[in-house]
Amino acid sequence: MTTENTYRIGAGSGFAGDRYEPAEILAKHAALDALVFECLAERTIALAHHDAQSGKSEGYDRRILRRLRGTLPHTLPRNAVTLTNAGAANPSAGARAVKALATELGHADTTIAAVSNDDVLQRLDLKNSRILGTDESLADLGDRLISANAYLGIAGILDALDAGAGVVVTGRVGDASLFLAPIAHHFGWDRTNLDLMAEGTLVGHLLECSGQLTGGYFADGNAKKVPGLSTLGFPYADVETSGAATLGKVAGTGGLLDRRTTLEQLLYEIDDPACYLTPDVALDLSNVSITETGPDTVRVSGARPTGVPETLKVSIGVRDGYLAVAEISYAGPGSLQRAQMAFDIVAERWRDLYGHPADELQCDFIGHNSARPWWNPSQDPAEVRTRISLRTFDHRKALTLGEEVESLYTNGPAGGGGAAVNIKETIGIVSTLIPREAVTPKVEIF
Amino acid sequence: MSPQTIPLASLAHARAGDKGDTSIIMIAPYQAEDFTQLREVLSPEALAVHFGTDVSTVSVNWAPNLIAGSIVLRGVLTGGVTRSHTVDPHGKTLSAHLLAMQLAWQ
Repeated sequence: MTTENTYRIGAGSGFAGDRYEPAEILAKHAALDALVFECLAERTIALAHHDAQSGKSEGYDRRILRRLRGTLPHTLPRNAVTLTNAGAANPSAGARAVKALATELGHADTTIAAVSNDDVLQRLDLKNSRILGTDESLADLGDRLISANAYLGIAGILDALDAGAGVVVTGRVGDASLFLAPIAHHFGWDRTNLDLMAEGTLVGHLLECSGQLTGGYFADGNAKKVPGLSTLGFPYADVETSGAATLGKVAGTGGLLDRRTTLEQLLYEIDDPACYLTPDVALDLSNVSITETGPDTVRVSGARPTGVPETLKVSIGVRDGYLAVAEISYAGPGSLQRAQMAFDIVAERWRDLYGHPADELQCDFIGHNSARPWWNPSQDPAEVRTRISLRTFDHRKALTLGEEVESLYTNGPAGGGGAAVNIKETIGIVSTLIPREAVTPKVEIF
Repeated sequence: MSPQTIPLASLAHARAGDKGDTSIIMIAPYQAEDFTQLREVLSPEALAVHFGTDVSTVSVNWAPNLIAGSIVLRGVLTGGVTRSHTVDPHGKTLSAHLLAMQLAWQ
């Protein structure tokens, strides 16, 4: 329950493809002060740039409008703020669309803000920007370079909230920053108070994947049972002025929130628990305390700052050609043997008929060991799906792979069924670093 | 007491995530008293064998106050989510593979 001294912030989505109704339930029943929609995975923004460049979209995630249509009627009357990174490659266009939606919903007076300038493509020194984990520079990528977006911190969002924004639409910002910003704004925390930045970032880190805190991505049906995953409730946090927070979810929703679900999410994608870097603060999560204080109620605190990173991470989108995947299934005795024959036939023709290198084809056996190719299960699987994949910049090659697998119907091993082909244009992501002072967020008000 | 062979799944829970081409798997024992022995058996050497990778690419960062740790496997995602050919470019399924490890347990 919120009191005068706590600030309640909810998680409305954990990724662009997340469910819709949990946010509406939060907005309607949780008496929120703020609601955050995290919609931008590492490559989503590069895809948005790519789609915008090829005229397929305006560069923001239009699904945010469907999400907000369900929540704004509940959040705006109580002056709860909404924050989202669904602006993707074009926060201004996203904010204008949200303005039109708010107007349609009878809230034309709501201030909508766009926070941008995360797009640093024109500002990067390509020759001297090293691709992290390699010896190459960005200049080596040539015309394959699509986008470059720095992970911004809370500064721009704070300015937007100062301007009275009811909805803030951003591009690339640190995921946790979307949560830290409204908390810090509400309590008037100084950005140089790193203890508070660390605690607020902890709250954001735990909430940013929404349902993964409340029992999603957790159940195994045995030792880890979770009730009601079909009606999974998304989490909120009641943040105190000290930065400590109590996590909860709406009564009657499905899911589970306890020490174990919280611990799994605390270390999710954290390689070093003592050093988690965000644009706002570097923090040590290894001494966080997690205490169950009631049913589906957990109190957390104890993130400690270790400094402020001098550089910001930049996510670079790279044109990566086509990924072609072609599959065909075999069942019954000897299915693995026939699945292997199928691949051998395609590989032989790839080399002998087309003169392509056969080792560019990747083969996996679904139902046998496709998720862990180094593993050799001993038993004969009941059925196997041969999956042949190819990365190429040559679209004709991609088409040829599909044709070759399909023609196995009448030319390949016995009992091959369900041939299917999928060819998609792909975008790779690499990273580089940019000095913090080289990036200044821009705020537009609509 | 002589050791018996048991699956890691009976002792611990895990969650897999990714960062580029690196798989990061959170691991925690169900019972706090198993933590010390878990740290011993989940050595980088044993993990490298189980994941079919080189030991130089494996590290484990334990957080004793959390009674948990992060297993870090570099270069196991065949290029990562945006590059990989495989059925599971994120390596989300690797937590279950980890828990299939058979341990000599005292």
